[in-house]
Amino acid sequence: MSGIVVSERGPTVGGRAVRQAGEWLPAVVVFVLVVGLWEGTIRAFHVQQFLLPKPSSIASAFWTQRHTLWPAGWYTFKEALGGFVIGSVAGVVAATVVGRFRVVGTALMPIFIAANAIPIIAFAPIFGVWFNPISPHSKMAVAGVLCFLPVMVNTLRGLQSASPRQIELMRSYAASDFDVWRRVRVPTALPFLFTALKVASVLAMIGAIVGEYFGGALTALGVLISSDAQVFQFTTAWAGILVASLLGIALYTAVVLVERVVVRWSPQARGS
Amino acid sequence: MNSTSVVRIDGVTKTFPQGNVTALQEIDLELAPAEFVSLIGPSGCGKSTLLRVIGDLIEPTAGSITVNGKSVRQARNDGDYGIVFQDAVLFDWRTVAKNIALPLEMLGWERQRRKARVTEMLELVELGGFADHHPWQLSGGMQQRVAIARALSFEPALLLMDEPFGALDEMTRERLNLELLSIWQKTGSTVVFVTHSISEAVFLSTRVVVMSPRPGRIAGMIDVDLPSPRSVETREAPRFFELVTEVRELLRKRGEHLLPEEEARIS
Repeated sequence: MSGIVVSERGPTVGGRAVRQAGEWLPAVVVFVLVVGLWEGTIRAFHVQQFLLPKPSSIASAFWTQRHTLWPAGWYTFKEALGGFVIGSVAGVVAATVVGRFRVVGTALMPIFIAANAIPIIAFAPIFGVWFNPISPHSKMAVAGVLCFLPVMVNTLRGLQSASPRQIELMRSYAASDFDVWRRVRVPTALPFLFTALKVASVLAMIGAIVGEYFGGALTALGVLISSDAQVFQFTTAWAGILVASLLGIALYTAVVLVERVVVRWSPQARGS
Repeated sequence: MNSTSVVRIDGVTKTFPQGNVTALQEIDLELAPAEFVSLIGPSGCGKSTLLRVIGDLIEPTAGSITVNGKSVRQARNDGDYGIVFQDAVLFDWRTVAKNIALPLEMLGWERQRRKARVTEMLELVELGGFADHHPWQLSGGMQQRVAIARALSFEPALLLMDEPFGALDEMTRERLNLELLSIWQKTGSTVVFVTHSISEAVFLSTRVVVMSPRPGRIAGMIDVDLPSPRSVETREAPRFFELVTEVRELLRKRGEHLLPEEEARIS
């Protein structure tokens, strides 16, 4: 019977590495092809720099400007991370309160759902006025507000989607509301929460960078990208976008890794 | 005569305000220790409601129920109920062993004692090698065996089963019927078993309670005098067929025919 366990955990480490490489290969091939095509097209048709620089020029700017770009990226990343943490924690707390007290939910949910449809990024200039426009706090506020709603709505849905049978079963064991919450509702909500956190990790980077387009410290990535674009430093602007993308992917990946550890029991987590 | 009964139900009525449905009307029923009682009847006869009323998951509108001489609320708080639903209702985030240990955790058993009992229960339901599996790695029949092991793990006075094998194929179902009987004989608990299947009710029970719908009430009871322990041959004995016919007649006499799919399942 233990043989079943072994076969389900997959073959040896080496075999797994080969299989994973096989899964990644098509994506790598497509990536290389697209970049190659991009480079080739621009060389062949002499496309203007300001329309679209060559990948090789972007790569070289990415390298020569690394001492400016990466510190700027790190500065912006910290804003995004701050907003991500603040927004997500607030979202989870709000979902817990709303889930616990139905009256609060009835009063607030329609407002939250309406707020969800508001393009929050439009408030970025206002946040700049509320907080110091140069300080990172206004960007954290934008990122935080962006993260809040998806986390709150998804967590709440997760907390409420515990199976009625499971709750009945817990009741038959004389479980308290707190027991039901801790042993049924929270575990049920975790996959929902991580789905939201993945969305929020992307939104946080968008919020921080767009927030910086409306003004910010000169050492911030968003400010760098927009000022480079204004002075026709397009390759540097593109290199900045590349840094932003890499940091965004890093944050997203971090969330995925935590998810794998926390909800490793989930059939979905195993499947993907 | 009442002092020995495990469950005593007196004039229990349950009406649901929505739609003004009388799910149960004036139910009187007594269960003796180690009895295996099946509740059978067409959809809407209130058999699941009766099970939930006994288990204190639904409050009756009128009437009283005692379990071991206690109120149902007290019985629930004392951990007197083991419940098995049609779906296994396992917790995906817990391994098989931890699923079985859940009621023991709720009762405050310490780790070593829990572990020993879980091992024992896994042996009982023949899932010895699957302690560290997650529920979704098991087949439907195996999941239901985990649910039974969980319900029995704390030796409840009363095992409440709501169509536990309803979602399983016929072959798995018959095998689990035999397993359930052998477990019941080992543990000596009292069982209330809700089912749609006449043959299952007759095969398993010491007594079959036939219910009729709108309003839900007891249409009659049939004592099953088949020899014990029951085996594969029991299903082929002439007395088995007589009893099946008796139950079916009782269901018919009340003017309530089974739904077509239920008819198909029992023939």
